[in-house]
Amino acid sequence: MEVLEVGGGEFLGWCDPEEHREWVRKNKSLSMEEKVMDLREAVSKFVHDGNYIASGGFGHVRVSMAAIYEIIRQRKRNLIAAGKTSVHDLDCLIASGCVSKVEPAYSFGHELRGLSPASRRAVETGRVKVAAEWSNASLQWRFKAAASGLPWTPAYVLLGTDTFKHSSAKIVKDPFTGRPICLIPACFPDVALIHVHRCDKYGNAQIDGILVEDFELARAAKRLIITTEEIIPNEKIREKPWLTSIPYFYVDAVVEVPYGCHPCNMPYCYYYDEEHMAEYLNLTRTEEGTREYFDKYIYGVDDFDQYLELIGGIKKLNYLKKLEQGRAQFVYPWVAK
Amino acid sequence: MMIVAASRLLEDRKTVFTGTGMPILAALLAQNTHAPNLAIIYEAGGMCPVRPPTIPLSVGDSMTFHKAIMASSMDYVISFIQAGYGEYAFLGAAQIDMYGNINTTVIGPHDRPKVRFPGSGGANDFGSLCWKTIVLMRQDKQRFVKKLDFLTTPGHLSGVGAREKVGLPRNTGPWRVVTQLGVYGFDEDKRMTLLSVHPNVSIEDVQKNSSFPIKIPDKVETTPEPTEKELKVLRSLDPYNVVLRK
Repeated sequence: MEVLEVGGGEFLGWCDPEEHREWVRKNKSLSMEEKVMDLREAVSKFVHDGNYIASGGFGHVRVSMAAIYEIIRQRKRNLIAAGKTSVHDLDCLIASGCVSKVEPAYSFGHELRGLSPASRRAVETGRVKVAAEWSNASLQWRFKAAASGLPWTPAYVLLGTDTFKHSSAKIVKDPFTGRPICLIPACFPDVALIHVHRCDKYGNAQIDGILVEDFELARAAKRLIITTEEIIPNEKIREKPWLTSIPYFYVDAVVEVPYGCHPCNMPYCYYYDEEHMAEYLNLTRTEEGTREYFDKYIYGVDDFDQYLELIGGIKKLNYLKKLEQGRAQFVYPWVAK
Repeated sequence: MMIVAASRLLEDRKTVFTGTGMPILAALLAQNTHAPNLAIIYEAGGMCPVRPPTIPLSVGDSMTFHKAIMASSMDYVISFIQAGYGEYAFLGAAQIDMYGNINTTVIGPHDRPKVRFPGSGGANDFGSLCWKTIVLMRQDKQRFVKKLDFLTTPGHLSGVGAREKVGLPRNTGPWRVVTQLGVYGFDEDKRMTLLSVHPNVSIEDVQKNSSFPIKIPDKVETTPEPTEKELKVLRSLDPYNVVLRK
């Protein structure tokens, strides 16, 4: 196959699929075993300095904020992050100094709430390096290739753009059509964090609503931490096996963390906590404010339960549940400014 | 005005794929006025939601699959477009050039940017694969530029035949650009051409707010004023002014 053009971005998260197969055979248990542990153990076991890390969900939708906070609390450093529509998850990791490199598809913004002050500061001052650029589809197709144990996914995106020039993709002459096509290299993250609605103690997991990229990401990552709103009996999983989107083979840790997505949106469970988001966005405008935020909400608490008390406890959580059902008044404190 | 003008471009019984903010609102407006059977699809997997209780803040939040026909995935949705099912892409932009190429990545050099924007998101995917791309953005000399700081999403690249040459699917690309001043299309040279000016906007205003020459045809229409109904529906779709404040 003739290579027509090579993207100049840093080549991250890659390994030869042959090596990955051997790694899997050596390191992944194929037997259905209990994997329940607490967050402290899961993060210290499976997240290491310098790891390539990918967060499931969609930036501030069904993200494992509880695991993100624990990574921050354990002061992990020099992480390389997949910016796969990464919003609040990545912004917190950058603001707290855990991340040194990102390959964004969509990062450093909070969608309708505007750009994220902390991440922008980090990128614009050079503290965090943008190692490569992708589009949303191309970055997740890296996981699709990895999930299939293949070296790349072919696609008709990135072609003709600077996004391609800053990616680590290649353009080749397709031997079937004779036309140029983009080959998007596989990416095998060292660790992925995925928050789900429910799973059993072995890690057989169900997600309600959109899967985003998690169907692929769960299979691409070498290590997978599942945080879950609740742990349910294995018999419940077996009653409706078509609802399982992640089977136990891929899962390394199961952690039960109700409201583990707060302040983000857990579909069908609870809506965004916009008051908290406004406080975060406001404080992270400055370095001092950023320290104040993390001192208060992360370093200042022992665990996620204490954090939930601090953000308003059961009263706030009930309100967020009602919002998700459209039964309470929406508030957007950041609109007024 | 921008949102109303953009919404009118969407034909009923087609698919539209939208980015965050004004594009979502324009698609929802179309669906609630002249295009009730417009299928709004979001890149994270939400397909054809029914009018959610509030506007989505993200193209992946629970409002994007509220009473939807399918809660799928990104691989599913973008593959669907790649296979030819994507009629309209609806995008925002920080910069655009005369061929409709857009930048949502950086202002200044890439390794030490003056301003870092979020990057492509789904824009490159939509702009590469949908049949007709509509760009919705504010217009001034800094945004309508001769040369982009970064080409995030392909427009007509360097002109006629350029998209096909690099391997993008044929007969795709930017179709309309809507700003606070007017509506633009692309002529046979694939260069931006004025189609209509909004009420109380002159052709000079259009040129004055662009760093590249915009083609002006002999006959330029005036965009019809928003109707009472359009404005009423628009306010009801964004009752908290989340998008309309901008």
